[in-house]
Amino acid sequence: MELIKKKNAFLDQYASRNVSRRNFLRYSGMAGASAVIVGSTVLSSCSKDDDDDNGVNLGSGDTGILNYAYALEQLEAAFYIQVITSQYSGITAAETSYLTDIRDHEIAHREFFKAALGANAIQALQVDFSSVNFSSRASVLGTAKTFEDLGVSAYNGAGKLLTDGNNLLIAGKIVSVEARHAALIRELLATNSFAASDVVDANGLDKARTPGEVLAMADPFITTKINASNLPTS
Amino acid sequence: MNIYNIIQEIEKTDPEVYERLDGRRDALKKFTGFAGKAAALTLPFVLLGGMFKKAYGQSTAQIIAVLNFALTLEYLESEFYKKGVATGGLIAAADLPGFTTVRDHEVAHVALLRSTITALGGTPVTFTLANFDYTAGNGSMAGPYATVFTSYDTFLAVSQAFEDTGVRAYKGQAGNLISNNEVLTAALQIHSVEARHAAYVRYIRQKRGATANKPWITGNDAGGIPGVAAVYAGEENTTQAGVSIVGIGGQSIFTNAATEAFDEPLTQAQVTAIVDPFII
Repeated sequence: MELIKKKNAFLDQYASRNVSRRNFLRYSGMAGASAVIVGSTVLSSCSKDDDDDNGVNLGSGDTGILNYAYALEQLEAAFYIQVITSQYSGITAAETSYLTDIRDHEIAHREFFKAALGANAIQALQVDFSSVNFSSRASVLGTAKTFEDLGVSAYNGAGKLLTDGNNLLIAGKIVSVEARHAALIRELLATNSFAASDVVDANGLDKARTPGEVLAMADPFITTKINASNLPTS
Repeated sequence: MNIYNIIQEIEKTDPEVYERLDGRRDALKKFTGFAGKAAALTLPFVLLGGMFKKAYGQSTAQIIAVLNFALTLEYLESEFYKKGVATGGLIAAADLPGFTTVRDHEVAHVALLRSTITALGGTPVTFTLANFDYTAGNGSMAGPYATVFTSYDTFLAVSQAFEDTGVRAYKGQAGNLISNNEVLTAALQIHSVEARHAAYVRYIRQKRGATANKPWITGNDAGGIPGVAAVYAGEENTTQAGVSIVGIGGQSIFTNAATEAFDEPLTQAQVTAIVDPFII
C-alpha cells in the first residue's frame, strides 16, 4: 500500500505542475494576500501547499523531501554568506578560500532546488544565527561542523523516502559534497577528525537521521515555522 | 480505489506498466477483462503489493549482485590500507591516525557487506592481498604506481583515486537499491563516509603541493595524478536535472563552483574498467 500511496503522491505532484500560478493562487485562497510574513523576510516564492498557523508546509511525496532539502540548503547558504561577509579574526587565506567555495556550493544547491521545485518550492526562510559569534573561529567552524554533519545525516536518512530514482541520484550528488565539506571543516578544527567516531560508527556507517530529528536540531537556527507533517515516513 | 483504476492511473505516466507486470500480463488481461471490477475490489492488497514490488523493485538477486560489486571495491580498499598502515615509514606520522581510521572503516564495510549478502541468501565474494596489484600492473607488480608502498605521495595518489572512484560507484548504484530501504540507507551511509575519506586524502595532497587539488572535485581535474582521467571523466558536468547551475538564479556561481557542488556517478562498467589493472 505504501508504494501506491507514493505513486499517487507522485501523480499529484506532476498534475499540480499543470496548474498555472494564477489558478493555484485562486484555489488556495491566497490571491492578493501574502502568506506568513516572518521577521523582515519578504516572501519571494509561493508554495503549492497552504501556509497557515501550522507553518510553512513542505508538502508530500518526493516534492516534500525536495522542499526539506531546500530548507536545509537555505539555512547553510545563509550561514556561509554571513561567514564570508563578516570574517572571523585571524582567518587565513586558505580558510577564506575554502569557506568561499563552500558558500558558493550551498548557494548552487539552494538555487537548484528552488528552480527544480518551481511553483512547488517553499518560501524563503527566515534564519536566526544569534547563537553564533561570527568573529570567533571556534564558533563559526563549530557551527559549520554542526550544519555539515547534520546535512549529511539528513540526506542519508531521506534517500529511502524518495520514490523517483532521478531524485535519489540528485540527492546522492549533493550529499557527497556535503560530506566533503564536513570532512574539511573537521580537519580545520582538529587533525584526523574527518570521520571521527562521533559521526561514523563501528560499522563504518555515517549517521542517517529522520526529517523530524533533523528539523528539531535545525530549529534553533530557523525562525520560520516548518510543517513537515505531510512528509513520507517510509 | 480498485486495482484496475490504479493500473490505469499508472499507465498515464508509465505506458509500459503492463509490460513491467511481465508474466502477469495475461492474468491481468483476463482479470480486468471479464473478471470485472467487482472481483478487483476483492483482490487482496498483499498480492497487489507483491505485484508492484516485482514490477518496479529489484530482485534480491540483483541487490546481491550490486552488493558483491561494492564488496569487491571495499576489499580493494581495505587490503590497500591494511598494507599501507602496516608498512613502517610509508605514511607521515601526523597522518597515521587518519589512515588508521580509514582502514578501520574499509575493514568494517567488508564485514558489513558480507553479513548483509549472507542475510539476503547470497554468497559474498572473497579477496585477499594476493588478488591485488596496487601498482596497477595487472599482476606484474611493476605498473605505473610501482612506488605505491615506498613513496607516500604515490600512496596518496592511489588512495585519492580509490576514494573518489568509490564515491562515484556507490552513487551510481543507489538507484539499483531503491526498492530495499534498509540496504539503500546502509549504502548511502557508506557512500558519505567514502566522501569524507576522499576529502581527507585530497586535503593532505593539497597541503603537500597539489595546490589545485581541493577537498572537492573541480571540473574533471585529476589533481596531478597520472593515468586516472577515467576517475574524473564527467565530473565537469554543470547541468543538473535539466537545470544549468552556472549563474543560476542570477547568483555569481561560476563554472568551477558549479562542477564542485555536485559529484557525479559512474556505472558499474566504468568502475570495473578503472579498477581492472589493480585486480589480478
